[in-house]
Amino acid sequence: MTLGDMVDVLHAKVLVGEEKLDTPALTACCSDLMSDVLAFVNEKTVLITGLTNPHVLRTADMLDLKCLVFARGKVPTDDILEGAADQGLVVMTTKVTAFTACGLLYEAGLRGVPIEWPEGEEQ
Amino acid sequence: MSSFVHEEYPVAKGDYTRAGEASTDIKRRLRQLGVSSNVMRRVAVASYEVELNLVIHSDGGKLTLDVDTDGVLLVSEDVGPGIPDISMAMREGYSTASEEARSLGFGAGMGLPNMKRNADEFDIQSEVGKGTRISMRFRLT
Repeated sequence: MTLGDMVDVLHAKVLVGEEKLDTPALTACCSDLMSDVLAFVNEKTVLITGLTNPHVLRTADMLDLKCLVFARGKVPTDDILEGAADQGLVVMTTKVTAFTACGLLYEAGLRGVPIEWPEGEEQ
Repeated sequence: MSSFVHEEYPVAKGDYTRAGEASTDIKRRLRQLGVSSNVMRRVAVASYEVELNLVIHSDGGKLTLDVDTDGVLLVSEDVGPGIPDISMAMREGYSTASEEARSLGFGAGMGLPNMKRNADEFDIQSEVGKGTRISMRFRLT
């Protein structure tokens, strides 16, 4: 699946990075807790979130994420979008909820980020 | 061995707007030095977490970055209030963060465990009423 395919699946509107929609999306994660994202995401992936503050952008920067999807029609402020453009991110917004966005993407073949449990903490 | 890079970043209590600026600069410097993306990302995540901890929990402090041929050394020092029970603070899910921090997506109780997970060596010392010092080393290979 490419980021462009995600736009189709989610009926999303691209806010930043229209020229990068041929980038492959291999995995995704969904969270409003940036601490959790920082803890478990260890690869270049897609983040689906309802949080639109600057820390989403910082988190994306620290982890080298490549795409942000804002659910429930949320659109971040212009300064955040400008920052996203500077970071080379693709940003899109979809009218569906985060739950539905995940369901649609999963149904289309996208899978979650694999979690590596620390030694002795396997569940 | 002298440092290739030595930088200090003051971090103010409660300054959520600037929280993350030091970590952004640290990551930029590591990229300039040609540090591998894997190591760079681990340092960046640990740095961002510890910087946020300074903003959320401390009365102010600073981050110090040193890079030499042995690796990256990241030290966080603050002026209080100190952690009464470090073993509780190290537990995933345990948090004393404010509502403001939580509303921004933090305070999930993942900060310290996440730093430990990303660093090759992790040390925390804290004294109530005095402050906390966290030292993290990252090998370059």
